[in-house]
Amino acid sequence: MMTYDLLLMRFGEMAIKGKNRKRFEKAAMAHVLTILEAFPRASVRKEYGRFYIMLGGESAPAVIKELKKVFGIASISPVVAVASELEAILHTAASFMGSQTLPEGTTFKVNARRVWKDFPHSSHEMNRLVSGPLLRELPSLKVDVHNPQIELRVEIREDQTYLFSEVIPGAGGYPLGTNGKAMLLLSGGIDSPVAGWSAMRRGLEIECIHFHSYPFTSKKAEEKVIRLAHVLSTYSGEVKLHLVPFTEVQTLLTKAKQDSLMITLMRRAMLKIASALAEQNGALALVTGDSLGQVASQTLPSMNVIGRATELPLLRPLIMMDKPDIIQLSQEIGTYDLSILPFEDCCSLFVPKSPSTNPNLRIIQKIEATSPELTQEIEAAIVGTRTMVLRPGVQPPFNEGEEVIQEDWF
Amino acid sequence: MIYFDHAATTPPSEEVLRTVNEVMTRHYGNPSSLHRLGEDSDKLLRRAREVCAASLGVQSAEIIFTSGATESNNLALKGAALQYRNRGNHIITTAIEHPSVYECAKQLQVLGFDVTFLPVNGEGKVTAEEVMDAIRPETIMVSIMHVNNETGSVQPIEVIGLQLMATQPKVLFHVDGVQGYGKVPISLKESGIDLYSLSAHKIRGPKGTGLLYVKEGVSLFPLLAGGGQERGMRSGTENVPSVVGMAKAVRLAGVGVQARMLKLNALRKQFIEGLIEIPEVILHSSLEGSAPHIISFSLPGMKAEAVLHMLEEDGLMVSTKSACSSKAAEPSRILLAMGASEAAASSGIRVSLGEEHTEQHIELLLASLNKAVSRLRHLKGGH
Repeated sequence: MMTYDLLLMRFGEMAIKGKNRKRFEKAAMAHVLTILEAFPRASVRKEYGRFYIMLGGESAPAVIKELKKVFGIASISPVVAVASELEAILHTAASFMGSQTLPEGTTFKVNARRVWKDFPHSSHEMNRLVSGPLLRELPSLKVDVHNPQIELRVEIREDQTYLFSEVIPGAGGYPLGTNGKAMLLLSGGIDSPVAGWSAMRRGLEIECIHFHSYPFTSKKAEEKVIRLAHVLSTYSGEVKLHLVPFTEVQTLLTKAKQDSLMITLMRRAMLKIASALAEQNGALALVTGDSLGQVASQTLPSMNVIGRATELPLLRPLIMMDKPDIIQLSQEIGTYDLSILPFEDCCSLFVPKSPSTNPNLRIIQKIEATSPELTQEIEAAIVGTRTMVLRPGVQPPFNEGEEVIQEDWF
Repeated sequence: MIYFDHAATTPPSEEVLRTVNEVMTRHYGNPSSLHRLGEDSDKLLRRAREVCAASLGVQSAEIIFTSGATESNNLALKGAALQYRNRGNHIITTAIEHPSVYECAKQLQVLGFDVTFLPVNGEGKVTAEEVMDAIRPETIMVSIMHVNNETGSVQPIEVIGLQLMATQPKVLFHVDGVQGYGKVPISLKESGIDLYSLSAHKIRGPKGTGLLYVKEGVSLFPLLAGGGQERGMRSGTENVPSVVGMAKAVRLAGVGVQARMLKLNALRKQFIEGLIEIPEVILHSSLEGSAPHIISFSLPGMKAEAVLHMLEEDGLMVSTKSACSSKAAEPSRILLAMGASEAAASSGIRVSLGEEHTEQHIELLLASLNKAVSRLRHLKGGH
């Protein structure tokens, strides 16, 4: 195993957006700095289109694992730094390549770049000077300049020369919060956390809204959602979670005795509450985990009727995705294991036997209009909303009362 | 009294006693109950699982709490054999396993499984080659203990695991880690281990509690059906106070492994050097390649039980064979498997060390042992 000195982080598509570049870089830098708080020996340096992380002895794989959460980063490369002298470069190139498992016939090429023009050998010369000894010392290597399996990059700079080959994909997208703020409707399921992550990846700041039906649902269901939001906070450094008491609204809606329309009515009430919370918190869109056709409330006719309950743009990052792909993403971002915990959320309790897949907008509007208390209950739910802030590394505040876990027991 | 029988069980640590006491007093709720008392217990259980998982370098979801290593081993062997019987009917283990693996394998033979009991060499070890050679297309699992409970011999778990991973990824690898954990470092992930058994009371935790690591993706046929606790693999209301106590013991044992190894190795060396001065002694534990806390030897012709009681008169507690089989009068299966004579295998004595021991303790033990031997020497076989 090589010991790496720094990490090279490259920006993605945002780097080409001239005017906004500064703002984007600033946001990405803030995100990087939050993550590096956990690695006190590491520091960061900004260069055109790149960040350099000086590891200072921190473990490269551990830091990379966390930095892969930084949105807007296209790729990360672990780098070995060496004095800009030919002998030192050759020596390090040999140990760099020698530390890798190279099956017989591994193709490679050297790609040297002389940034510091006072270095005595040109880029072209360096390609030859570096690859020659490598081919002699490591007989399993073969040169392929067009499509090599390993491309050893040698960047000669005035202070130091950087050697690297591995290119690890980053999160991509846009830096955190550079595209504004939206409210995420967070259930306890698999989809909505993935939708939230996708929105964050695209540069949206996210505040989560969860509707709970305590005492119809357990505190465990609520705790599960807090944990999900906590996972999301590891991607943003901080996430707000609004817990909306939804029991009274639901109870009221059941009085309409329209079992098959219950889901539609509930979803519309949720969107109304979410829109009000969006306004209070300066968000300009709602994000949901809807995936076309997945359940009755996600058919096109249902989405049409439900979506009309809000005037805000409804963003549905997963709308055209298949379930296996969503599950895979949720495993990658670390929400899957929480999502599959078997606690009922507010919807599952009131799910009718056969929910309508084709609700009628006029009937829905009529039911809502003939229930004068509905507006009041929605208002009460908004007022009764509890908000908490979740931060990575900080134990989330679970149920009130004395702390159960005494650290000295463990 | 000086207790030299740590391989049988260990005195629980002060911290574990306090933890178990406090948790048992305050958190009697059933973790499956929906009210707050239940939720609190569930939280403790979850944290205990996290602590155990972190100590073993695995994920929380991969830890199954059991009633101890006997259950863990039974669940690993029978659970895997029954679950994967469609893959084949062949199981590989060794001749020197603890009875909770050995007898389990015998039961599986009765149920129609074909079991290979690999022999061991004079040092009580199997080699990776022997394991790999025994593998057939219908082999479903390999079960090998990390450290032998009678002699302290250490098996090449990592080499076997790596070879299995590389060439036989479908063959499950179970390791009985009861005597090894906290004494000989091991990495479950890097050794390609799929199932790993631990017992709390061997590492200063409470009795009646253990765990089984079940690698993600491995399923077991549950032996205890019921309320579906432990992801359905082990039903039964969880023993929350003991499990929390175990988490503490597992953490402390894991944290101190290097320092403990150094200390116990020095004491062990001191003891063995004194021991081989006694002409009648046949040593079964090698100086190198054995766990640091177990020394096994025989005094052929001298009744082991008599030696034990003579040491006991001086306030020193040792063991004949292993605790689980020491009441039976037969020669040790383990020592016979290592090639010991009938006389040597019938007169095995085991000394097992703990962190609280000092050089003075070892001196006392050696003096007492010399005294006992010189008394028995005149009795011609001790009868």
